[in-house]
Amino acid sequence: MKVLVPVKRVIDSNVKARVKPDQTGVDLANVKMSMNPFCEIAVEEAVRMKEKGVADEIVAVSIGPVQAQETIRTALAMGADRGVLIQTDTDVEPLEVAKLLKAVIEQEAPGLVLMGKQAIDGDNNAVGQMLAALLDWPQATFASKVEVSGQTVKVTREVDGGLQTLELDLPAVVTADLRLNEPRYASLPNIMKAKKKPIDVKAPADYGVDVAGHLKVLKVTEPPKRTAGVKVENAAELVAKLKTEAGVL
Amino acid sequence: MAVLVIADHDNASLKDSTQKTVTAAKALSGDVDVLVAGQGVDAVAAEAAKIEGVRKVLVAESDALGKQIAEAVTAAVLPLAANYDAILIPATASGKNYAPRIAAKLDVAPISEIIEVVSPDTFVRPIYAGNALETVQSSDAKKVITVRATAFKAAGEGGSAAIEKVDAGAGAPKTRFVSDEIVKSDRPELAAAKIVVSGGRAMGSAEEFQRVIEPLADKLGAAVGASRAAVDAGYAPNDYQVGQTGKVVAPQLYVAIGISGAIQHLAGMKDSKVIVAINKDADAPIFQVADYGLVADYKTAVPELMDALTAAGR
Ligand SMILES: Cc1cc2nc3c(=O)[nH]c(=O)nc-3n(C[C@H](O)[C@H](O)[C@H](O)COP(=O)(O)OP(=O)(O)OC[C@H]3O[C@@H](n4cnc5c(N)ncnc54)[C@H](O)[C@@H]3O)c2cc1C
Ligand SMILES: Nc1ncnc2c1ncn2[C@@H]1O[C@H](COP(=O)(O)O)[C@@H](O)[C@H]1O
Repeated sequence: MKVLVPVKRVIDSNVKARVKPDQTGVDLANVKMSMNPFCEIAVEEAVRMKEKGVADEIVAVSIGPVQAQETIRTALAMGADRGVLIQTDTDVEPLEVAKLLKAVIEQEAPGLVLMGKQAIDGDNNAVGQMLAALLDWPQATFASKVEVSGQTVKVTREVDGGLQTLELDLPAVVTADLRLNEPRYASLPNIMKAKKKPIDVKAPADYGVDVAGHLKVLKVTEPPKRTAGVKVENAAELVAKLKTEAGVL
Repeated sequence: MAVLVIADHDNASLKDSTQKTVTAAKALSGDVDVLVAGQGVDAVAAEAAKIEGVRKVLVAESDALGKQIAEAVTAAVLPLAANYDAILIPATASGKNYAPRIAAKLDVAPISEIIEVVSPDTFVRPIYAGNALETVQSSDAKKVITVRATAFKAAGEGGSAAIEKVDAGAGAPKTRFVSDEIVKSDRPELAAAKIVVSGGRAMGSAEEFQRVIEPLADKLGAAVGASRAAVDAGYAPNDYQVGQTGKVVAPQLYVAIGISGAIQHLAGMKDSKVIVAINKDADAPIFQVADYGLVADYKTAVPELMDALTAAGR
């Protein structure tokens, strides 16, 4: 089975995003960028499937600027076989990302799409569900366990009250949650090997998708700042303050 | 202009994120209907009919809807979509699961987790773990929006909307429900609780988490939350996770015990009215947002806090 993994290049999760003074967006100049952590989990899951013999080929796809090549290289170093970069400097919205991925999938015909539940920049949590809708495939989001057997996949999902397990017909879209696995670090030899793996570079127009989008960002502002309060000496003082000063007890 | 709100419920009772989403919907339009999609949801529909300002309540029922399967909810909603200019959905795990699917079928750009309605086509939503707020304007004629419930007040009671059955749609032919493990608790629900007590990695084990956090939560009548580290390590169930990629809470009082205060955790609790942090590291980032900080080992601080609460009549 072929597994397709969409991976996004985003701000590194250890970096605190800062709003630009002109309110046009978040300042990404000279900021460390990495593969979206949820995409890393998806790649790891695909690689484990390959190691188990469930998957035979892993294709990593990214939509983004030329630097998104690095993100694909990271996936290749973790164990993906080849990459597709749909290069664009536009900040593509989830609906258009889903349309581009659908076009790639129609060419590649994977049995399973594994992706992140959420990109930690836009926090949309939307592309997987939208891709499944456009393909008319079943979906299982927020996966903490994925087991492929024959023509179906059993997925345990993190839901509001706990866990839910679904069985989907393949092909299907599965989005990874934090507890699906712990992604590996690529070894140096694998990083070297990844340099020789092929990446196909395309443009959105190659797929006939207009990436102009439906949303206009009017401004990006800083959230109201919360300031540090006071330190209390002990529990008794804390309770007294919560009662009389804060009035929350 | 009319708005459809999709109710959040567990087939037995309505969750108050629904009333909060109705408030957001009213900022768009005076004509607000509520869809209850589930199985055996008479009681839920009756509760929804009482929400002030709701025009009518639509009820769709099937087994697949009872399990909130995304394909099924989408199939139930699509035939209704023609009657509405916007569909508003609480940003719960369930709502986040089906909202984008509905949007894609309608060829519209979903707008995730709004915290403010600026005008019927312009909304504010947090991005980058809440470190920035984005004001977006949608050019879609029909909008599909998820709503961060903590940012809106619940609509009151006093309505008496008509309840109407609608078609359940085609279900989810390619998806089968296998099982679920729903954590039963007598405590208030995390997302709606007035007080939340959360524990972090410092607890060191599930036993310790239960021994320390739960009695304190019981004493305060609080819900229990956790950091990702505590959930990953198995100290607490997954649906306790508070943060950017877990639940967002904004209680009157949030008590963080042995939690460092990573950006991703703060994203889920920094809109709480009062924040208390107990941490033995005086430099822990949690103290930068805490109204009251106690630098102490929780092993001594929590028992003392229990005693102080008893002395104060809790
Ligand atoms: C993609 C992504 C998504 C994430 N999403 C979330 C999320 O939604 N929610 C979330 O919480 N995290 C999330 N995280 C993880 C986050 O970055 C932190 O790793 C996590 O919040 C740390 O949990 P913690 O504070 O319990 O542990 P630590 O950071 O290890 O902190 C433990 C704290 O306990 C204190 N301590 C230790 N012993 C004692 C003692 N005896 N008494 C008192 N204090 C003590 C220490 O001083 C320390 O400050 C995410 C990370 C990534 C990459
Ligand atoms: N530009 C992109 N390129 C490749 N994959 C993407 C892109 N944007 C989103 N995705 C995928 O969709 C998932 C969810 O992202 P989002 O819906 O934007 O929060 C990510 O974890 C990726 O797997």
